[in-house]
Amino acid sequence: MTKNPLSMQFDVEDFLPATEEEKAYLVQMRPSSTFFKDGCKRLMKNKVAFVSMIVIILIALSSIFVPMFWPYSYEQQLGVQPGMPVDASFNNLAPMEYSRTEQTTISQGGKVFPHVFGTDAAGRDYFIRVVYGTRISLAVGFFASLIVLVVGMTMGSIAGFMGGRVDMAIMRLVDLIYSLPDMLMVILLAAVMRESIGDSLDGTIFQAIGPNILSLFIIFALLYWCSMARLIRGQILSLREQEYVLAAEATGAGARWIITKHLIPNCISVIIISTALQIPSAIFTESFLSFLGLGVNAPMPSLGSLASDALNGISTYPYRLAIPAIVISLIVLGLNLFGDGLRDAFDPKLNQ
Amino acid sequence: MDSKTLRYIIKRILMAFVTLWAVVTVTFFVMKAVPGDPFASEKAITPAAKAALEAKYGLDKPLMEQYKNYLVGAMHFDFGPSLKQRGRNVSDIILDGMQTSARIGVIALLVATSIGIVLGSTAALHRNTVFDRIIMVFTTAFVSMPSFIMGTLLLLLFSVQLHWLPANGTEPGGLILPIVTLSLYPMSYITRLTRSSMLDVLGQDYIRTAKAKGVSEKNVIWHHALKNSLIPVITYFGPELAYIVTGSLVVEQIFAVPGIGRSFVNSITGRDYTLIMGTTVVLASLIVIMNLLSDIMYKLVDPRITLE
Repeated sequence: MTKNPLSMQFDVEDFLPATEEEKAYLVQMRPSSTFFKDGCKRLMKNKVAFVSMIVIILIALSSIFVPMFWPYSYEQQLGVQPGMPVDASFNNLAPMEYSRTEQTTISQGGKVFPHVFGTDAAGRDYFIRVVYGTRISLAVGFFASLIVLVVGMTMGSIAGFMGGRVDMAIMRLVDLIYSLPDMLMVILLAAVMRESIGDSLDGTIFQAIGPNILSLFIIFALLYWCSMARLIRGQILSLREQEYVLAAEATGAGARWIITKHLIPNCISVIIISTALQIPSAIFTESFLSFLGLGVNAPMPSLGSLASDALNGISTYPYRLAIPAIVISLIVLGLNLFGDGLRDAFDPKLNQ
Repeated sequence: MDSKTLRYIIKRILMAFVTLWAVVTVTFFVMKAVPGDPFASEKAITPAAKAALEAKYGLDKPLMEQYKNYLVGAMHFDFGPSLKQRGRNVSDIILDGMQTSARIGVIALLVATSIGIVLGSTAALHRNTVFDRIIMVFTTAFVSMPSFIMGTLLLLLFSVQLHWLPANGTEPGGLILPIVTLSLYPMSYITRLTRSSMLDVLGQDYIRTAKAKGVSEKNVIWHHALKNSLIPVITYFGPELAYIVTGSLVVEQIFAVPGIGRSFVNSITGRDYTLIMGTTVVLASLIVIMNLLSDIMYKLVDPRITLE
């Protein structure tokens, strides 16, 4: 029956209960997504970031697991055996070459694990030294960033929450440290601190990491917390003024709810991203100091000290310089690209 | 120049002085915190000779007086005698090294800035072409490479393998590789900076207006786009100099250039404390002054910018 369009009579059909088919329209087909899941999805779509993540993970895993089954250790001088004369044929082996003793073993049918990258001037397996150096560089980068995060977060949130004079004092200090030429101060502190710390570490838990790396950590805690503190203070100040925080307050949310549901989730991505971007810069600084002879203590290798040692024999053994150089560039490039990808994926606001 | 700008500049200069004072103070007290006395390495010296040495270097005075003397001396570019190089003043050693280092540094600065601007704006104008892609790939790689790696790889390639350029900085042509090493990173950075700011400017309304009025493509680029897109480059001058100064420490080491960077590194390994202090103060002052200049220039060029 056709209805007069001007008729005020309403259609009874509109008020019937919905059929199953109609109900299906209202069902959400996609499972609800969280901010974290969304970010991960965006990250996976970013090919460059994904590839760099794989590279970094591979490097990190191999630096952890390879030393477990590798038959040589980083400080073992293969030519020096207790009770035997020093076998110099172990020194300066080219990649995949064997020393005299090893050649005899092979000719007698024995098996010798190859020296993939050869050995160095003291007869140490170079491959395991590079792997160990990578492990040290990564660990230094990671822990230095963690220290920066902790110090920066403490100072930043104190400044943000206390406000007033405390905020003012902390921010002036930040300005001052910010305007100091960081690398020069780092070199100065590193040069002095290894003298002051010196032997006082013996017998403590810090003995294993040595005075140079410890002073590197102290330097990071002293000088590099500024940008983190600034960032966190800014986040706290701006987030407190946001409308949605006001809205949450208006609907009766308590302080705890606001902090856990609004402030932390909105802050955390920014904090994680800048921590991730801090790691390559810490690795950079460590390798720079190691190259100047202010880094890790011998015989412990780091990528920077390996490159620096290789400089002496550069014309004869150029690969010994190229290998740590390539690894370090791969790590720094990979972490930088991955950090950029993280930023794009988790903080679209920053990218505008 | 309005009074607000003037106030900003004065504030900025005062801040720079505070920073310089902080540098001198930190260096002084950090050095005083080193355990042991500077003459410990000397062959067993009699107490009388030691007292005479301490009196000569002014080390017998109370700490605050030493600090005051050092502060006054630093203002006059006088850092006292070197502890290890007999009969030479720290300021003379610094001036000596400065001659070579400044030449390398200034050339690297000019090369990096000019090539960076040209490459960056060309890449932006030919956006998404093969040229642009190549530039971006290379600059990304260079930005992630520490200067000592860059230097050693260049040394490996051009001196050891190809024998095109000498590996030693004192030979003729030996300064080419150090200059290239120092300029690659800032060049890449400036290229990326110029490219992104040029792209930003090209999307602005006033560029469209100029094009709509019939201004030729060349004029739009030269008169409207380029000038504004170079503003961010000005802010990079400070960090650029800082990079070149710290980079010269390793680059001079790699290529055996007799400059201030090498004498600084040698003074650290040789524990020549007065030389370490003097060099730190001089280099830090250079960087602070450059930062000051680039901030002021930035403010003068673009009055819209309000820095806190």
